[in-house]
Amino acid sequence: MYQYFYDLTGSVIISTLITAVFPLVNVLLVALIGVYLERKVSAWMQDRVGPNRTGPFGLFQTIADFLKMLQKEDATATDIDKKLYNIAPVLVFAGSFAVYAVIPFSSKLIGSEIEVGLFYALAVSSFVVAGILMAGWSSNNKYSLLGAMRSAAQIVSYEIPTALVVLAMVMFLGTLSLSKISEMQTAYFWNWNILGGAEFGLSKFLLIPFMLVGFIIIFISTLAEVNRTPFDIPEAESELVAGYFTEYCGMKWAMFMLSEYGNMFAVSAIVSILFFGGYQSPFGYLGNTLGINWLIPYEQAFWFILKGWFFIFVQMWLRWTLPRLRVDQLMTVCWKYLIPYAFVNLIIIGIITLL
Amino acid sequence: MKEYLKNTWLGIYTILVGMKITFKHLFTPAVTIQYPEVKLKLPERERNRLYVNIDDCIGCDQCARACPVSCITVDTVKSVPGEDLGTTSNGKKKALWVTNFTIDFAKCCYCQLCVFPCPTECIYMTDVFEFATYERKDLVYQFSNLSPEEAEQKKINFANFQAEKEKQKAAAAAVPKPENPSQPSTN
Ligand code: SF4
Ligand code: SF4
Repeated sequence: MYQYFYDLTGSVIISTLITAVFPLVNVLLVALIGVYLERKVSAWMQDRVGPNRTGPFGLFQTIADFLKMLQKEDATATDIDKKLYNIAPVLVFAGSFAVYAVIPFSSKLIGSEIEVGLFYALAVSSFVVAGILMAGWSSNNKYSLLGAMRSAAQIVSYEIPTALVVLAMVMFLGTLSLSKISEMQTAYFWNWNILGGAEFGLSKFLLIPFMLVGFIIIFISTLAEVNRTPFDIPEAESELVAGYFTEYCGMKWAMFMLSEYGNMFAVSAIVSILFFGGYQSPFGYLGNTLGINWLIPYEQAFWFILKGWFFIFVQMWLRWTLPRLRVDQLMTVCWKYLIPYAFVNLIIIGIITLL
Repeated sequence: MKEYLKNTWLGIYTILVGMKITFKHLFTPAVTIQYPEVKLKLPERERNRLYVNIDDCIGCDQCARACPVSCITVDTVKSVPGEDLGTTSNGKKKALWVTNFTIDFAKCCYCQLCVFPCPTECIYMTDVFEFATYERKDLVYQFSNLSPEEAEQKKINFANFQAEKEKQKAAAAAVPKPENPSQPSTN
């Protein structure tokens, strides 16, 4: 994308800016639509109506909320650690935003095509823990601190099954580059990794159940990493007020919110790249059949965003289905169930790949 | 080991069952009643804001005395002969001008005790329950249909009439004692 804009404008600054602003716009849109959808989905699942007063079908509710947030006084408690307190939201947001640098929205729309994209995404997204810990510690509030500690424990634990599944996938695919992984699953949906990858043969059918297991594991553990219910103990409203961001308000609070939704989309994107073909269309491209080449990247972006939103929807669906886990249950799920399964899965996928 | 696999299966299976239930509810119509647009039918014998049909009120003050929180104020002035106040709908002759009839709904506890003693059944509950205001004084409702000037006029009329009567009485008292006209009347 950078190259494209560089060719177009001939200016390093402008092309860099456009490349950087695009994911930002995406994050803002995801938050804007995500909050609205979250409210609507939760309302529908509970047989309610949801926001319906602000604008048609309450569509402007999030915008109204955002305007309200902008006007809010930036109240801070007196006994806080000012520096850390102010850095924390920025760090959390930066952590979740930085992931977008390597996410391929389509074959053309990608911030940076680095070879170790997957590794980078994992590393940068766990950067968020530092921000959360900072926020919890500097707030000088026991709820915040408890939330931050829980969050750290949770994110660090769930990093392991995620990494194990990613390892298995990397073993199978032989690359860490997200755009290459997407490219490998081209054409039709039976080439997606969840259905055994692009290579046709006995191993494809052998792989299907293990890919499914891998998908379930990575979906659960990424869900835990972005602190969504049922894994939202760091911000458990009913026990910890709001967890690590109890003391935040106004725009700083909005940044935590934004990074939560940004994270949701990033995680959905990574899951869909690893298992569901990334930006690849499930039924071939209209651009190919019609012979219009420039249409293809747009179609790809459409499919990618659609897949991302589908997984966001599943996350919401789970949120309004399951109650919150207890801390010990959380650890049990991770250490006693996900990790052993992930290991077995890793070994089996490795053996099948070798065959 | 068997236990372990069973747990895993149970975990996944129960989550799927839960997801199926919530998915079904995604398409169930909402049970919400859109309040200001759609209103529930009020129950029979509901108690809301009072209304006084002042045309039927005979100013007997019974309601004010029945009220446990004394939020009804009834001021009356007797009518003078020659003034026709008409009759109530159930045929009672009205004899009093109701110069002031206020109910303070900020105090009212909606007990309905004022409704029963009314001889002409002119104070009753309506179905209006949305009458919130910003000022407490706006909750004091005036039911008298006389304007303050008219009420003042009635009072003056009555005072004049009273004075007239006094005079007549005094005159009548003065007549049988013509021998002592200088003595001031003392009744
Ligand atoms: S309803 Fe009760 S409180 Fe209200 S005016 Fe009548 S008697 Fe008084
Ligand atoms: S009891 Fe009825 S008639 Fe008597 S003052 Fe009250 S409202 Fe009027």
